[in-house]
Amino acid sequence: MNLTDDEQRMLDGGDGPAVAAAMDLLVRYGDVLGAERLVDTDNVCGANIFNAAQRRLAGGTADDVFAQISLDSPGGFEIPRMRAHSCQLIAPMDTVEWKTQGTPEPVHDAIVDSESYSGRHGINLMNTCTPYQVGNVPARGEHCAWMESSAVIYINSILGAMTNVEGRESAAAAMITGKIPYWGYHLPENRRATVHVEVDVDVETNRDWGLLGYAVGKVAGETVPVITGIRSQPNLVKLKHFGAAAATSGGVEMYHIPGVTAEAQTLEQALGDGEKPLSVRYGKDEKAAAYARLNVTADDSDVDLVMIGCPHASLDQIRDVCDLLGDRKVAPGTALWVFTPRAIRLMAESSGYGDRLRAAGGVLMSDTCPAIGRFVPDGTRVIVTDSAKQAHYLPAIMKVQGWFGDTAECVDAAVTGRWRGALS
Amino acid sequence: MSSDVVTVLRGRGLGGGACEGEALVTTQAIAGWGGLDARTGTVIESRHELCGQSIAGKILIFPAAKGSSGWSGVIHLARLEGTAPAAMVFNVMNTKIALSVVVSHVPCVTGLDADPTEAISTGDRVRVDGDKGVIEVLARKGASA
Repeated sequence: MNLTDDEQRMLDGGDGPAVAAAMDLLVRYGDVLGAERLVDTDNVCGANIFNAAQRRLAGGTADDVFAQISLDSPGGFEIPRMRAHSCQLIAPMDTVEWKTQGTPEPVHDAIVDSESYSGRHGINLMNTCTPYQVGNVPARGEHCAWMESSAVIYINSILGAMTNVEGRESAAAAMITGKIPYWGYHLPENRRATVHVEVDVDVETNRDWGLLGYAVGKVAGETVPVITGIRSQPNLVKLKHFGAAAATSGGVEMYHIPGVTAEAQTLEQALGDGEKPLSVRYGKDEKAAAYARLNVTADDSDVDLVMIGCPHASLDQIRDVCDLLGDRKVAPGTALWVFTPRAIRLMAESSGYGDRLRAAGGVLMSDTCPAIGRFVPDGTRVIVTDSAKQAHYLPAIMKVQGWFGDTAECVDAAVTGRWRGALS
Repeated sequence: MSSDVVTVLRGRGLGGGACEGEALVTTQAIAGWGGLDARTGTVIESRHELCGQSIAGKILIFPAAKGSSGWSGVIHLARLEGTAPAAMVFNVMNTKIALSVVVSHVPCVTGLDADPTEAISTGDRVRVDGDKGVIEVLARKGASA
């Protein structure tokens, strides 16, 4: 990889051992990718909050733990404040409802300590998988280094920012150096579509968008799809569900919906000058197949947990859950958990939604989710969610059955304790 | 052990030295976070053909890394836990697998002259040279050495 004089100096230790270690990681990573150079970035989202087990595995001081787990370096040096504007993505624990999540006190203390370390090092504690919902909204063309596949697909496609799906170590190295390999979606020529999905069925509700995303991810895999035939206007929540699902079933990091997404007003613009795209149809049968695949882990209709907020819920989604609940109460033996970013939780509380949710027997949580934090209520066997991503991952991670449906079906399951959802 | 080499594949070595071991092959892309359990080294994705099988100490041969950005984090923790694969051989380069290659510290090869997920079968005895970019099948599963 070709380094500038400035980058070579950083690699050689001119800015201290931590910067040198971070640059060494980026050079090793760029060489494996086949990147020719690095690019400057001043917008990095990563994950550097460690639980007690990770700290024990790494050993040493807090700086050594950061060096080993976040930089793949043996450590033995001080970690400086982050050079780039940086933020913490979704974290392992809700600092308010940690007891509800069943977090042991020593684990709680370790995580609080790790959060404080990140804050002191200049990492904004957004603690969400959706930084774009709480003020980190990259500009079109801005080179970023973000983790979190559902956020990457959102900012590449909807905002026209430029990032690959980074990992913990590359994001941490970018925080410290302000650099990331110039590869993949940082190059304009890699952002054109090679798969054309022609939609031939109504796509309107959040659930419809999740199903479409889950199907598109399966056929598009690692490629850039362009989707046509959408006859309704999506909003942030629908596109959030779509992208999270497409990044879950495949590896989609960028897509185009002409007239909606940032870089294509027309099908021709989305395709660029490339070869004729692979064309696939998404109709009633493909929708039903995606629904069946998402619900494949579930057969028991007695519901233990209803989970809303993957990716983290917007303020509108929290209000919708409150409105759907009305005066009804969550059934005994069933839990209703709603997850949102810390900042939106504050707004939800001041808007009275937190009280309404609690009055119904639900819980408003922030910072984390059951799949990341690995927690469900004791004895949970069956979960219900309006998220294709959570329905895909949580059964694998927590050994539970997972039903996927729309938000009204989820709230119905919460108040009846029974799953009664269906596709038709 | 002196086996005659059955098949040789050549590609782009990604470093990590060389090792010998038993192949675990899938034609399906693998998810890292939510797809592999670093504590046990097993595949946990419910819809995956390898679900329930262990990658620990195996020569893992797969088409691509998919899903969450937590891929490298899982491989990194698996290395610290001692449950990481002995080597990784794959077809599609992306950031998830590139960073996982870096933090795994094991021999890795990609860009091979034949599809390794077809040329190699689970249970084959395989030698992977991550520096030279060479995969040698030393013995087919069930063949007497």
